[in-house]
Amino acid sequence: MPSSPNHVLEFPGGYTRSVGPVIGRFLTELRDGRLMGVRTAGGRVLVPPTEYDPATGEAVTDEWVEVGPSGTVQTWSWVAHPRPEHPLDRPFAWALIKPDGADTALLHALDMGVHEAGAKPPRQLKTGLRVRPKWRAERSGHISDIECFRPEVTMITAPTRQEYTLGAGRALGRFLEGIAEGKILGHRCPVCDSVIVPMKGMCARDGVPTTEEVEVADTGTVTTFAVNNIPDPRAPEVPFVSAYILLDGADIPMLALVAGIPADQVRIGMRVKAAWRPREEWGPTMANIKWFEPIDEPDVPFERIKDYV
Amino acid sequence: MSRDIAVVAFVQTKHTAEDAGLTEPELLAPVIAEIKERTGIDRFGFTCSGSCDYLEGKPFAFVSALDPVGAWPPISESHVEMDAAWALYEAYVRLLHDDIDTALVYGFGKSSQTDVRKVMTFQLDPYYLAPLGPDQVSLAALQARAYLERAGAKEDDLRAVAARSRAAGRENPYALHLEDPDPSAGYEVAPLRPYDVAPITDGAAAIVLAAGDKARELCERPAWITGIDHRADPHSPGARDLSRSESARIAGERAGAAGVEVAELHAQFSHEELILREALKLGEDVLVNPSGGALSANPVMAAGLIRIGEAAARIHDGSAGKVLGHASSGPCLQQNLVCVMEGEPRG
Repeated sequence: MPSSPNHVLEFPGGYTRSVGPVIGRFLTELRDGRLMGVRTAGGRVLVPPTEYDPATGEAVTDEWVEVGPSGTVQTWSWVAHPRPEHPLDRPFAWALIKPDGADTALLHALDMGVHEAGAKPPRQLKTGLRVRPKWRAERSGHISDIECFRPEVTMITAPTRQEYTLGAGRALGRFLEGIAEGKILGHRCPVCDSVIVPMKGMCARDGVPTTEEVEVADTGTVTTFAVNNIPDPRAPEVPFVSAYILLDGADIPMLALVAGIPADQVRIGMRVKAAWRPREEWGPTMANIKWFEPIDEPDVPFERIKDYV
Repeated sequence: MSRDIAVVAFVQTKHTAEDAGLTEPELLAPVIAEIKERTGIDRFGFTCSGSCDYLEGKPFAFVSALDPVGAWPPISESHVEMDAAWALYEAYVRLLHDDIDTALVYGFGKSSQTDVRKVMTFQLDPYYLAPLGPDQVSLAALQARAYLERAGAKEDDLRAVAARSRAAGRENPYALHLEDPDPSAGYEVAPLRPYDVAPITDGAAAIVLAAGDKARELCERPAWITGIDHRADPHSPGARDLSRSESARIAGERAGAAGVEVAELHAQFSHEELILREALKLGEDVLVNPSGGALSANPVMAAGLIRIGEAAARIHDGSAGKVLGHASSGPCLQQNLVCVMEGEPRG
């Protein structure tokens, strides 16, 4: 393809064509914002209409049928780098669209919203997608009186926000005081002897108050985990791993992030240690611990943690 | 009307991916000279060519291509603004008239001088399609999607076609020698990747047809045309099932495609080969595009004729007994021509 042509073919102002009665009717209706098809002798509705039935070659009837404006995508291609002669200057789809009530499909551009040049096909772009024309305000009786098609509205986003002032409460407040000093605290239940971290001031199993404070280690064992693919501001990257970690000395696993290891290498029984932020950044918040990282110790056999899973 | 007509000679250029600095007549001249030399014929009963003036951007550009043929005193000559496979069809029909024995057919195209993807937009319906500016690859990609979804095929199946075609092309001294497809390549127009699209190619080709004893005289093992047919689907891509090629199916049945050993298919996109194999009912035992096909060299307006020539060459060299050459034209395989050739005439 020449980058700077030295020879150009052009009809200045465009080539003039007569359209005849069938195409002319379609384009006239289009100018009025209506999508019309013509019925064949066999009863099928052709959109865009032709003077003849493509299946038989017979002349079509003079019965006109309003179709659409909604339609269904029959097949599509995705243009990640539009060309100058294309109807949109950002990535878009070409689609064959069968308007409701029609038996054939119309080729047009399908605008799938704003995508950067080179973008992959958007996930919602599928055969079967329901679409509608976007009409130009000023129409002249031309196939491009429809600027493009757009997907039907199937979703909205509703702004949602409510503000609160929450306190940690007595037991969690004490736990966070410990965290602010680099200590992980729990309570021992006077009935079942379990060490509950973080403590709640009560044993959920026995229904009794707890008061005996116990400090546990910042090392522990992964009892189960999940790989997350939705970004989270607390996680270093996607995918990230959230895991239940049974801290050494505790009897209740605690939910935390695991990092410093590829997500597909995390395993049940893996030994980990808290990665603390620098001390000067500490406050009464779990954010003091960025996440847990693997340590060089053998995995704990499942047998020894199965009761904590 | 019946007369035994055969492909007796086939010549093509070493095709190039870039402009080799030759005009169309200059590209064609050695091909015409070689086929005249090989057949020992200087004047043919009929001459017919296929080319596209839009590639050169000049009206009646094909007329200057007669210079290397030599047209004085006036010769009986015709031209189609299509792939030269359709020129071969016209020459075949002309030979059926029984008053001449030989015909020269040639096609040529330089894709390097303009944007072929856009040239192909000029062939579209000027009311509903062309004004939207859909280019050739965008339309082909619509067909690829329709085929993949209907047949349950995967994009990897497309890449396999490209890989096999390119490997075969590297063995063909006339084709472009293209690397194995890069699986990490992005989309050209999704679902097609760059290797699924035939390369921009300049080139030319010529065939000589001869009838009856003249064919036997000119060629030790003529490729007898035992069936030739071409059919068209509706032009509007929305008025037919894009996932299939009904026109290729009918042309194949009428030309007698059953039982061919080798098929040269004019598939300009990977998925077109899969659609055509299905339409022509080519089983796994049929050798498809041993030349590398259009995915390895696609000199427009000659590439379909080359398919017939490559298939005929398999008869000429004795490596096959029944072969098929296919050509297509129009958007999304709209029009298909099937030429079946055998080592023995119909009898």
